[in-house]
Amino acid sequence: MKTIYFDNNATTNIAPEVIDEMLPYLRELYGNPSSMHTFGGQLHRKIEEARSRVAGLLGAGPEEIIFTSCGTESDNTALMSAVESVPHKKHIITSRVEHPAVLNFCKYLARKGYRATYLPVSKQGQLNVDELVKALDEDTAVVSLMYANNESGVIFPVAELGEMLKERGILFHTDAVQAVGKIPIDLKKLPVDMLSLSGHKLHAPKGVGALYVRKGARFHPYIIGGHQEHGRRAGTENVASVIALGKACELAGDNLSQEVIYLKGLRDKLENALLKSCPDARINGDVNSRLPNTTNISFEYVEGEAILLRLNEFGICASSGSACTSGSLEPSHVLRAMGVPATLIHGSIRFSLSRYNTEAEVDKVIEIMPPVIKELRQLSPFGRERIKK
Amino acid sequence: MWEYTDKVKEHFLHPKNIGEIENPDAVGEVGSIVCGDALKLYLKVDEKSGKITDAKFQTFGCASAIASSSALTELVKGKTLDEALKVTNQEIAEFLGGLPKEKMHCSVMGREALEAAIANYRGQPPEVKEEGRLICKCFDVTEEKIRKVAIENHLTTVDEITDYTKAGGGCGECKAEIEAILRDIWALKKPERPVVSKKLTNLQKIALMQEIIETEIRPGLQADGGDIELIDIDGNRVIVALRGMCSGCLMADVTIKGIQDKLREMAGEEITVEAQ
Ligand code: FES
Repeated sequence: MKTIYFDNNATTNIAPEVIDEMLPYLRELYGNPSSMHTFGGQLHRKIEEARSRVAGLLGAGPEEIIFTSCGTESDNTALMSAVESVPHKKHIITSRVEHPAVLNFCKYLARKGYRATYLPVSKQGQLNVDELVKALDEDTAVVSLMYANNESGVIFPVAELGEMLKERGILFHTDAVQAVGKIPIDLKKLPVDMLSLSGHKLHAPKGVGALYVRKGARFHPYIIGGHQEHGRRAGTENVASVIALGKACELAGDNLSQEVIYLKGLRDKLENALLKSCPDARINGDVNSRLPNTTNISFEYVEGEAILLRLNEFGICASSGSACTSGSLEPSHVLRAMGVPATLIHGSIRFSLSRYNTEAEVDKVIEIMPPVIKELRQLSPFGRERIKK
Repeated sequence: MWEYTDKVKEHFLHPKNIGEIENPDAVGEVGSIVCGDALKLYLKVDEKSGKITDAKFQTFGCASAIASSSALTELVKGKTLDEALKVTNQEIAEFLGGLPKEKMHCSVMGREALEAAIANYRGQPPEVKEEGRLICKCFDVTEEKIRKVAIENHLTTVDEITDYTKAGGGCGECKAEIEAILRDIWALKKPERPVVSKKLTNLQKIALMQEIIETEIRPGLQADGGDIELIDIDGNRVIVALRGMCSGCLMADVTIKGIQDKLREMAGEEITVEAQ
């Protein structure tokens, strides 16, 4: 059975070009870039090339890119660096819909004596700039708000938020793990101080990420040790993966504008068809400001894990915000923050596409999904009542 | 991803006895859509024999909730009401070849629906559950239910209670109270450690022995400059190695005997301990 992979916000396949690019550095060229001999030392140049490629995708300078081991490390580093740069300030602001890499780090800081504000979002999952203004005070050390949400796909008004914070001279970090490679980002124009990204969300391997730190911004390393990354992130470079990340960024940049159109076309087709063929379904998220590849749909009266496992039988991969799939008993914190009723959260399904998905795959899901929902609704006591009505 | 057995998958993908029964003799309804799972059980009962002639269900929930409901209907069909009442949540889980521990609450829900249906048939008030003191607000779980499930399933930790009833799995505010209830239950009754029986897999046995050795035996030996290591478990034979001052100690036999007594006391009389 062919896998139909519609779970690209969770992780992506490694692009074949990326694998080709990285393989020699796993096989023959295994040196340590810090070495004096050419065998190792020559890798330094490759790492700098990768750095330029990552910077290129973001409109940043290469010296503004620090390689890390993942998005979570980038997020943790950014927050830690921020609070250490302004040690007298004890207030941090984030939102209720952040990724756990930010949310739980803020909770950690809160336990260490910081005051943390978690901004609410609207029913559409959108952030209100006025709410942020209200939350700011003299004591605010850093504001960390995501670029785009992994579950709903909602894009925050990062430019607007950044302008406002820049005026007030408050450090601004954005977790752009879901945005980089999916939508154009130009840090020449975008006023953010720090930005996190992750390799495996844009067709590079797992285990590599990067943190952008605006030139001139104060920075404190989180991982301490050797002089790698100019002393900003110790630890021997993950050479092959760093090179892979560079290549993946280059690929993403090459095709970005066409890809946005392509993915939006597929996504909209899928979404419209499912809303039409499945009664009592609705979109979660701000349709006017959303990643082109993501749709989050709630199917009332059915439970997400059951839907996913039925889809799994057809090789279709998606994800859900239901409690049963979250590993805890609590349903998605994102959808809850958006005020989606519990009944709808339990039946929420996220499809997230990539450039490797095809229209034929979308058609297949459009065909499979309605009977799956219908059958599960027939099983459900609530679905039955509804059908009778 | 959950590790479901083939049996769970089968009963999830092709559930038995789905739907409603026209003019049922008994209906049992538990759970709610807000909590994420709900089950409605319909029974047809033969008045003369008291036997369940038909059982059907409707379930809102995850794969294991649907499979547990299907298993439940299969288990009770043909039984008299009294026999059916003896079906435990463990039996539902076993029928399915086991459930992931975090999903045991699905089997508990099945058992509850059955009780509710039989109570309904016998004209008893349907919501027995409402009576007890509400402990977990997030998942609407009463003290009575926690006690019952804890005793029936030998649960001793808050995490286990969460796996079996969901209580404590939300905001977590009720955890202290659950702990107090557990302390209360097991203070009266010495914690009945799950007895080593054929039902435990070898891995489970090893884990259990390891735990007893770590918490009950090692500290004492280490205080005397000795140490112990669990080498293997073969059926009810527990093979250990004595280390440090214990190894070669003239009292080794006595020590082994002492360990055996301890393990027997905590995990079952049939255990023998040997030194390597
Ligand atoms: S009250 Fe029990 S988890 Fe919230």
